[in-house]
Amino acid sequence: MADNGIEVKNLYKIFGPHGDRYIQMVEDGMSKDELNAKHGHVLGLKNINISMPSAKIQVIMGLSGSGKSTMIRHINRLIEPTSGEVIYQGQDICKMSKADLMNFRREKTAMVFQKFALLPHRTVIDNTLFGIEIQGASRGQAEERAKHWLKRVGLEGYETYYPNQLSGGMQQRVGLARALTNDADILMMDEAFSALDPLIRMDMQSILLELQEELHKTIVFITHDLDEALRLGDKIAILRDGEVVQQGTGQEIVLNPADAYISDFVKEVNRGRVIKVDTVMTENSGNTTLRIASGSSLEDAAKRLIDAGETAADVVDASGAPIGGITIKATIDAMVTPATH
Amino acid sequence: MSLKEMLPDVLAEFPKMGRADLRDFKKGIDETFRVFTRENGEAIENFFYPLKMFMVWFEKLLLATPWPLMIVVLCLLVWLGARSITMVIMTAVALFLIGYLGMWDDTMRTLALVSVSTFVCIAIGIPVGILMAKSDRTQAVIVPILDIMQTIPAFVYLIPVLMLLGIGKVPGLIAVCIYAIPPVVRLTDLGIRLVDKDVLEAADAFGASPTQKMFKVQLPLALPNLFAGVNQTIMMALAMVVVASLIGAHGLGSQVLKAVNNQYLTLGMMNGLAIVAIAIVFDRVSQKFGKRLQKHSETIHG
Ligand SMILES: Nc1ncnc2c1ncn2[C@@H]1O[C@H](COP(=O)(O)OP(=O)(O)OP(=O)(O)O)[C@@H](O)[C@H]1O
Ligand SMILES: [Mg+2]
Repeated sequence: MADNGIEVKNLYKIFGPHGDRYIQMVEDGMSKDELNAKHGHVLGLKNINISMPSAKIQVIMGLSGSGKSTMIRHINRLIEPTSGEVIYQGQDICKMSKADLMNFRREKTAMVFQKFALLPHRTVIDNTLFGIEIQGASRGQAEERAKHWLKRVGLEGYETYYPNQLSGGMQQRVGLARALTNDADILMMDEAFSALDPLIRMDMQSILLELQEELHKTIVFITHDLDEALRLGDKIAILRDGEVVQQGTGQEIVLNPADAYISDFVKEVNRGRVIKVDTVMTENSGNTTLRIASGSSLEDAAKRLIDAGETAADVVDASGAPIGGITIKATIDAMVTPATH
Repeated sequence: MSLKEMLPDVLAEFPKMGRADLRDFKKGIDETFRVFTRENGEAIENFFYPLKMFMVWFEKLLLATPWPLMIVVLCLLVWLGARSITMVIMTAVALFLIGYLGMWDDTMRTLALVSVSTFVCIAIGIPVGILMAKSDRTQAVIVPILDIMQTIPAFVYLIPVLMLLGIGKVPGLIAVCIYAIPPVVRLTDLGIRLVDKDVLEAADAFGASPTQKMFKVQLPLALPNLFAGVNQTIMMALAMVVVASLIGAHGLGSQVLKAVNNQYLTLGMMNGLAIVAIAIVFDRVSQKFGKRLQKHSETIHG
């Protein structure tokens, strides 16, 4: 399988007519507020370096205004960078010609938007096939593919509805179907589920995870919600004021928050669901008959231990061979949030 | 002693161009334009010849169509546009009255003039509106021109049109178009500029070319506004038929003009009301049609 990872290197974005003049000052440590007050330019992104893994979900997280949307829009260059590179399959997207960029957008990327951005004058099916219609697919073929994906997101039978006849959750399913119909390697989702209420949001997350099991796309998912980030992200990068403050797996971030800003973020997290048994596992075997699969969450492990009435268990790999052991004490210790950073 | 007498001459009396100079200045421009007309009049007339032929053909067609067929066709058009039985009945009654009162032929002539000029306004106005929406600089150039076209007294531009083309159908048509084209241009521009940025961004993200974006996203979403522009253009064209009759556009307008010249009260009223009746039909039908276009383009909730 081709490597569909994306390398973001030394990316800077300064909004304003002469952004490039201020890169040096920002490098030398000028803050976002100072840049805005003194020079009337807005610091969007500062020296971003993220290596987005192929066929995995990369989450970018941060509070409002931290630069998430700005970041994701550099991948298909809806926003021009001030300096830096975005490398995909050996090519710098920031240097592509207009025509190449258009083809790249058509064939390699698809995007889902926070406010859905459906075409109000088109029916559900015509919205869904918009991307491949742009590419010049025949009507019959386009309809067939669109129908397939509408069915996959649970919208069979709604083909002839107009967006304003659907609920928000259904509209975003159309948005997702439209992106999937493109069959692109890169799927970009800018707060795609943020406008939906919690139950529907969980629902959409499940649909996405289910589809990803078989599609293996490189997904860049933006959210300001840590629970969503931890549930979806194979890798998470946290932005603040246009800078990456920490990146790694969900577990790494929860266990070792880089600073107080991130500690604040992870304080409320259900650690039992994020941390894996492998993290608290010791080399000693538990010397019991209870076996817990590697990669299980602490919550699941604790439940198994209690149900079995055991105080320790073996951790086994996919083939069933023991690779270590856990105790109920270590498990529960790790589930309790440490007092401070 | 008035204030004027206390002031030095320069401030009391406006420093005018000399009488002779002014006369020569006006004469000079007039003469230049006359020369231009003599030299290019024929070329310009040839340029407009196809339009003239079309206009003549269309007017003849309307006049030659038997009245019952004409009423049926017009009612059908009203039905297609408005989907309202009331409107269809009102149209039929209005047309019947117009015919009964002896204004059928003039109404057909006016209808032909208004239809052709609306067609010309749309054919020129929408592309111009698109160009304006695409570039701020084009917009900055065209907006003042539109302002002039809408405020300059119609009689003023009748003069050069008359000098260039004489009296006849085409000058009448041009006069109507100059007056009626601004709304369709303005509202095409506005409609395109008002299209939701998020939707445009989505089109970009999927790799739409500028042309695809225009025809698949911007124009369809601008359609309700664009249609409001067409509606206003039709109304203004109708309002202009009396003035246009001064330079040879026959129809209800020339009857009104005749009534004014001879103080025929009833003739004036009847033809005036016929214009009003046509205007109401056009207006309601195009508004209803515009509303129907808008149905799905309204708010997206969620
Ligand atoms: N076109 C622009 N011109 C000037 N400043 C901009 C522009 N777009 C974004 N910004 C600024 O860049 C910063 C990052 O904005 P961005 O939209 O990327 O944030 P975000 O993390 O997506 O926030 P949200 O969660 O609210 O969507 C903000 O300070 C914003 O004001
Ligand atoms: Mg955003």
